[in-house]
Amino acid sequence: MMKFGILINEGPYTHQASDTAYLFAKAAIEKGHNVSRVFFYHDGVYNSSRLTEPPNDDRHIVNRWQKLAKDHGIDLVVCVAAALRRGIKDENLQEGFRISGLGQLIESGIQSDRLVTFGD
Amino acid sequence: MTEVTGGIEMEEDTSGKIKKFLYINRKAPYGTIYALESLEVVLIAAAFDQDVSLAFLDDGVYEIIKGQHTRTIDVKNFSPTYRALEGYDIEKLYVEKESMEARGLKEEDFIVPVKVISAKEMADLMQSQDVVLSF
Repeated sequence: MMKFGILINEGPYTHQASDTAYLFAKAAIEKGHNVSRVFFYHDGVYNSSRLTEPPNDDRHIVNRWQKLAKDHGIDLVVCVAAALRRGIKDENLQEGFRISGLGQLIESGIQSDRLVTFGD
Repeated sequence: MTEVTGGIEMEEDTSGKIKKFLYINRKAPYGTIYALESLEVVLIAAAFDQDVSLAFLDDGVYEIIKGQHTRTIDVKNFSPTYRALEGYDIEKLYVEKESMEARGLKEEDFIVPVKVISAKEMADLMQSQDVVLSF
């Protein structure tokens, strides 16, 4: 059993990073591994916006993370500095995500067996 | 709530564990925010007493060139911050020789002291790390 940390550096829909990270996390969990934390940085912070409303026939990237985290106890952390810069605050943050500092990313690197980056 | 508090309040959970962190900078300093936000990660990382190295390759070598002037693009010139890294005990800075030479740059063009290493040596450096973060 491996303990994974995940870093997502790109926003939803424009870029595949968040999709790939989600599929990776799901596959890892299905194989019995642990995904302890997903850290959202750069435009990745947009993955946490409660205001996200994709068309009905498309995947809902934000809610998909929310559900996976709830089902498997994953800590979804949004970088405070990157979030404020881009207008993500507690008032538009989806439930299940939390805003915190970059220290959470470093901590994830220290505590996980592997920290896997998804980005450009 | 600031990133600094976020870092320090969790520090006790990781006490004693020292890992080798390598931050890879591959993008030009301006045009995208990656270089600036990557530097912000490095500064926070300094509070964690980890073994930190920085590598500059591809257009990332431009992040540390001397004489950056950004007034006309109305973006902050953050290059002086690299000079502050020494004060945080971050002194292992590597530049990939091939990337540097392909852009017509020399070691003396950089604002901070760096070690110039080959792509092969860079690969060995990456191999020897516990955590590699590429921005």
